[in-house]
Amino acid sequence: MAIEKVRDILSTHGRLTTPVDSLEDDSDLYQAGLTSLATVGLMLALEDEFDIEFPDSALSRKTFGSIEAIADTVDDLLE
Amino acid sequence: MCNLHGELVASYDKYRTELIEAGLLLESGVQGVYGLSGTFEGIIEAFERYVTRAGAELNPEVVRFPPILNRKTYLSTDHIETMPDLMGSIHTFKGSQLEHLDMVDKMNKGEDWTRSLAPADVMMIPAACYPLYPTAANTVLPSEGRLVDLRSFVFRHEPSPDPARMQIFRQREYVRLGTPEQAHAHRDYWLGKGQEMLTALGLPVKAELANDPFFGRGGKVMAATQKEQELKFELVVAVASEEKLTAISSSNCHLDHFGKEFNITTENGEFAHTACIGFGLERITLALLKTHGLDPEQWPSEVKQQLEL
Repeated sequence: MAIEKVRDILSTHGRLTTPVDSLEDDSDLYQAGLTSLATVGLMLALEDEFDIEFPDSALSRKTFGSIEAIADTVDDLLE
Repeated sequence: MCNLHGELVASYDKYRTELIEAGLLLESGVQGVYGLSGTFEGIIEAFERYVTRAGAELNPEVVRFPPILNRKTYLSTDHIETMPDLMGSIHTFKGSQLEHLDMVDKMNKGEDWTRSLAPADVMMIPAACYPLYPTAANTVLPSEGRLVDLRSFVFRHEPSPDPARMQIFRQREYVRLGTPEQAHAHRDYWLGKGQEMLTALGLPVKAELANDPFFGRGGKVMAATQKEQELKFELVVAVASEEKLTAISSSNCHLDHFGKEFNITTENGEFAHTACIGFGLERITLALLKTHGLDPEQWPSEVKQQLEL
C-alpha cells in the first residue's frame, strides 16, 4: 500500500496550509491548500519515488483530490 | 500522426503564402510576426467599430493600455507559474562603458551577448485585461459592478507557421468585474452575442468548451480542471485548415482569481469575480479573408453592410 509513502511525499512537496498529519485519507487536498503548482511538484516526486509515470489520462484534479485518490492511482500504476 | 501534421503544416504554408503574395501580410523573417497592409488594417478597424456598436448599449468604460506592463504587476499574477513558456520579458543594457565594449565584442564574435542584459521594469502583456486589474486594486466595486472596453496588442511566444498564430496580436475585450452572478451573466451574454455577431459576418462559428495552454504536464491538470468547471468557451472556425479549426474569440470566467490577486471586492466584502469576452482581431480578419476571399471589395454585400466597409 502506497498510502504512508504518499503521506510522506505530500508533507514534503504538497505545500499544504493544513498539516498532513491532521488530514484523513479522504480529506479534500484542495481545501487543505494544494495549489496547481504544488500538484506538479507532488506529481514529479511521486513519479520519482515509485518509479512510475502518470499518463495524461490521470492528469486531472480528481487524481490529486485526496490522499486516498493519489494512493489508488499509484497502486494502479504499480500493477 | 506524422502525415496529419504534415498536411496541417502544408495548409498553413499555403494560406500564409497566399496572404503574403496578395500583399496582405508582410514577412519579418520571424514566424508569427508580420506587417499588415492597409487593406488588412482597414478590416480590423471596421470590425472594431462593429464591436463598439454591439457594446454601446451597455455603456462600457473605455480604457487603452500599452502592450507592456509593470513587472511587479506581472508577478502579482500567476502567469509565471501557469504559462512561463509564453511570457515576454523585456531586457535592456544597464552596464558600464567597459561592459558595453564587452557586449559589442561578444556580438561581433557571434557569442552570446544577451547575458550582458538586465531586466527592465516591464513585461509584455499576455492578455489585454492584465493591466486593468492593478488599476482596480484595493477598491470596492459599485453595486452594478464595472464593464470595461479594452484593446491592446498582446504577446505570446509561440512561433508557428500558422498565419493565425501570431506572436503579437490584438485582443478587443469587454471585461466585467462584479459579483459571481454578474460575471457569469456577462460571459454567457457575450458568448451568445459573439456567436451572433460573427455568424452575421458569414463566419460559421461553433462554440467549444476550451482550456488555456497551461505549461507542461502540470498544465494538463489545470486544463482538465478548467474544462470541468466550464470556465472557457471559444468560438472556432476554419481559417488556414478545415480540419483543425481556429479560435477567433473566447469567453472566459476567471472566478475570483484576479479579485483575490488584486484585492478587488464587491459591496458585501467578497472578492470580485471577473469575466471577459475577447475578440482576436487579426484572426477574425484572417477568417473573413479565408471565407470571403482576399479582396474585401468582392465580399458579399451583407457582410460589407454589417461591417460598414
